[in-house]
Amino acid sequence: MQTSTLLIIVLGLMSLAYYVGRKRAIVSAGGAGRISTLHSLPTYYGLYAALWAGIPAILLMALWTAFQDEILVTLVKAELPGSMLEGLTPGAVGLLVNDIKNLASGAIVSRVATPEMQAAADRFSLFSQIAVWAMWLGVLAFAVGGMAFAWARTKPQMRARNRVESIFMVILVVFSSIAILTTLGIVLSVLFESLRFFQEISPLDFFFGTLWSPQTALRADQVGATGAFGAVPLFTGTLMVSTIAMLVAVPIGLMSAIYLSEYAPRRVRSWAKPTLEVLAGVPTVVYGFFAALTVAPFIRELGMSMGLDVASESALAAGLVMGVMIIPFVSSLSEDVINAVPQAMRDGSYALGATQSETIRRVIIPAALPGIVGGVLLAVSRAIGETMIVVMAAGLAANLTANPLDSVTTVTVQIVTLLTGDQEFDSAKTMAAFALGLTLFAVTLVLNVIALQIVRKYREQYE
Amino acid sequence: MSNSQAAGAPPKRTIDVVNASLKRRYARERRFRLVGLAAVILGLTFVGLLFADIIAKGHTAFVQTYIQLPVTFEAQTLDPAGTRDPETLAGANYQAVIRDALRSEFPQVTERRATRALASMISVGAPSHLRDMVLANPDLIGTTREVWLLADDDIDMLMKGHIDRNLPESERRVKDQTVAWVEQLESRGRIEKRFNTIFFTTGTSREPELAGIAGALMGSFYTLVLTLLISFPIGVGAALYLEEFAPKNRWTDLIEVNINNLAAVPSIVFGLLGLAVFISIFGVPRSTPLVAALVLSLMTLPTIIIASRAALKSVPPSIREAALGVGASPLQTQMHHVLPLAMPGMLTGTIIGMAQALGETAPLLMIGMIAFIVDIPSGFTSPTTVLPVQIFLWADSPERAFVERTSAAIMVLLAFLILMNLGAVLLRRRFERRW
Repeated sequence: MQTSTLLIIVLGLMSLAYYVGRKRAIVSAGGAGRISTLHSLPTYYGLYAALWAGIPAILLMALWTAFQDEILVTLVKAELPGSMLEGLTPGAVGLLVNDIKNLASGAIVSRVATPEMQAAADRFSLFSQIAVWAMWLGVLAFAVGGMAFAWARTKPQMRARNRVESIFMVILVVFSSIAILTTLGIVLSVLFESLRFFQEISPLDFFFGTLWSPQTALRADQVGATGAFGAVPLFTGTLMVSTIAMLVAVPIGLMSAIYLSEYAPRRVRSWAKPTLEVLAGVPTVVYGFFAALTVAPFIRELGMSMGLDVASESALAAGLVMGVMIIPFVSSLSEDVINAVPQAMRDGSYALGATQSETIRRVIIPAALPGIVGGVLLAVSRAIGETMIVVMAAGLAANLTANPLDSVTTVTVQIVTLLTGDQEFDSAKTMAAFALGLTLFAVTLVLNVIALQIVRKYREQYE
Repeated sequence: MSNSQAAGAPPKRTIDVVNASLKRRYARERRFRLVGLAAVILGLTFVGLLFADIIAKGHTAFVQTYIQLPVTFEAQTLDPAGTRDPETLAGANYQAVIRDALRSEFPQVTERRATRALASMISVGAPSHLRDMVLANPDLIGTTREVWLLADDDIDMLMKGHIDRNLPESERRVKDQTVAWVEQLESRGRIEKRFNTIFFTTGTSREPELAGIAGALMGSFYTLVLTLLISFPIGVGAALYLEEFAPKNRWTDLIEVNINNLAAVPSIVFGLLGLAVFISIFGVPRSTPLVAALVLSLMTLPTIIIASRAALKSVPPSIREAALGVGASPLQTQMHHVLPLAMPGMLTGTIIGMAQALGETAPLLMIGMIAFIVDIPSGFTSPTTVLPVQIFLWADSPERAFVERTSAAIMVLLAFLILMNLGAVLLRRRFERRW
C-alpha cells in the first residue's frame, strides 16, 4: 500500500479521464464529423476531465501525507495514561513517541517496552492502517468523483479551453512564486532558529566575542568545553581564506580574460576558453580532495624545506585551491564586460596612437571597471559561501591569527561540523549553526545585491 | 630615431618625444602581453595538474589484487551431516577453509603469530565469496579447486607499489615476512591484478578492497531523476509565466531580482533550509533521494529559469504574432509554437543545472546523506548516499587504499559531468538557430 502506487493509479485515472472526456465531447457533438459544433477542440474536454480527476485527488493526498503523522501521534498520546507523561520534558515525550512508533514498526527500541507502551504501539499501528485505507478510499473517490463531475458537465457549449487555460495559468503562477517561497523559507528557517539562539547567547557576544568553542559541557567539571560562541575567529578565518583566494583568482582571471578577448588568435581562444571553464564545472568536493591530499602536503614540505612551520591544514592551501576554482568565474564575468565596451572607444584610442596595452589599461579597464568590480564582488560572495574545500582542507581550530600558514576555520566549516554531529535539534550548538547561516546569508545577499546592481547599471550604460 | 638631428641637441618636436618613448612603450606592450599569456597558461596548467593528479592517484583502483589458492571444500567442515541444507552451508566456517588452503600453500609456516599474519593477507570478504560459490553449486563440497581470492588492501597496495618495499620494516605497513610470502606467490604466478568489478558492483564498506561506488551511483541516479522531474516543469513553467504572461510591475520585478539572487546564494544555505523545513517541519525522511532532490531542485531552479527565459527571449516575436493572427489563444501560441522552438535552449540550461546538482555536496551533508549506508538503494525513499558525498567520506578515511578509491570515484564523477556537458554542447550546436 505504498503512496507511490496510489500516485501511479491516480495518474492512470487521469489518462482514463482524458480519454473518456474526449470521447464524451465527440459523442455529445454528434460524431466525429460534427465536432465543429463544439466550443473547443475535443482534446480540451479530455484535459478538462483529466484535471478534474487529478488535481483534487493529488491535493488531498498531499495534505493527508503531510498531516497524517501528526494527527496519529496526537491521538495516541491522548490515550496514554497520564502517569506516563507526567513530569516529562517535551524532548522526553518525543523520545517516548519515537519508541512507540518503533515498537509498532518492529524496529529497535531504546527501552524495555511496558504493557502501556505495547498497547499504545498496537493502537498506533491500527490507526495508521486505518489511515492508509481511508486515504486510498478518499483519494480514489475524489478522482472518480472529479471524473464523473467533468463527464456530467461536458456539453458542446461548455467553454472547455478557457477553463483548462485558466487552470494552467494558475499553475504557472504557483510555479513562479516558488522562487519567492524559497527565499522566504530560507529567511524564516534561519531567522527563527537564530532568534532562539540569540535569546540564549547575546548577539554582542556572538558578533564580537573572540573565543569560539561550541562544545557545551555535559558535566560541570569538564575541561575544554566552555560553550563559548564568539564568532570573530570564524569571520577572520573566512576573510583570510577568501582574501587568499581572491589574490589568486582576480589577477589570473582578469589577465586571462584580457588576453583571451583582446590578444589571443581565434583558434587559441576557441579551445583555451572552454578548457579554462572546465575549472568551473569541477565539483567542489574534488577541489577539496586536491587541496587536502596534494596541495596541503606540498605546501607543508615546501615550508619545512625553508624552515617555516606550516600547519598541515593551512589557510594557504585552502585559499589557493579556492582561488583556482574561482578563476573561470572571474574571467568569464570580466570577459563579458570587456566585450561590452564599444569598439568605438578602442578605435578612438588607437587613432590617437596608443598601443594595445595602453588602450586596455587607460581606456577599456576604466570603462569596464564597474562591471569588473561587480564580477569580483560576486566572486567574493562565492568564496565566502564555499564549503567543501574548506571543510576538507582547512582546520577546525578557531585560531585568531593573521598567519596564512596557520590553520584557521571558517563559517561554513563550523556550520557543517555543528550540524553533522549527533545532537538534539534545540541545543545551543545546532542553533549556533543557524545563526552562522543567517550571517552568511545576509553577507552574501548584500554582496550579491550590490554586485548585480552594479553589473546591471553598467550594462544599461553601453546598450 | 632620426639620425638627421644634430647630436646633443635636445628633441623639440612632439614626434621626437613620442619616438624617444616608443622603445619603452613597445617593451611594455610585450610585457603586458606576456603577463596575459602567462595567466592563461597558468590557468590551463591548473586544469592539467588537477586532472593529472587525480588520474595518477586513481587509475590503479580499476584493478585489484587476487591470490590464487587451492581451496579444498572439506565436507567435514562445511557439511558434517551431509544434508546439503542451505542453512548449514551458509553458516559454515569458511574462514577455516581458507586457513587450510593457506597452510597447504605455505606448509613451512607453523608459528601462531605467523599463521595469523598469513591469514590476514586474504580479504575479510573472501569467506563470503566462498560461501556464495558453495551455495550456488553444492557439488563443490569434497572437491579441491583453484580459486582466485580477493587480497587484503595492504597486499593490494604493496602490489601496486604504493607501499615502498625498500623502506625499513619499522616504517612500512607490510612486514618483511609478508613481503617474502607475496614474492613467493609472485614467483609461482599465484598473485595477479585483475579488473576491479567489486568497485562497480557493491556499496561502500569499511574495508577498502570491498568498497564500491554502486550504492552511491544508484543514489545519485535516483536523486537526479527526481530533481529533474521536480525542477524541469517548475523551471520551465516559471520562465514561461515571467517572460510571456506576467505584467511588468513591482511584484514581477521583485521575483526577477529574487531569482538572480537565489542563483548566487551559497549552496550550504539550501542545506539549512532543507534541514529546517523539509526534515523538521514536513517530516521528509532523512538521507533519502527524496529530500536530497527537493533541496537540489530548489538550488537548480534559478539556473533553469534563467536559461529558459533566455531561450524564450531568443524566439522572435513574429512567431507569436503569426500564431495569434491565425486565431490561437495566448497559451496555445506558447505551447504549440514558442515552447518547441525554445526547448533546445531550455534543455541545455537544464542539463547544466543537473550537472551542478550531480556534483553538489555541501547541502547534502546537512540533510543526513553522510550516513554510512552499505546497501544499494532500491527507491526514492530508501536511505542512501550520493557520489560526491561518498567521495567526501572516503577522502576522510585513513587507509592508503581509500586514496586511490576516492580518486577513482572522482574519475567516474568527472566522466559523468563531462558527458553531460558534452551533451549540452552538442544539443546547442545541433538545434541552435539564429533568427
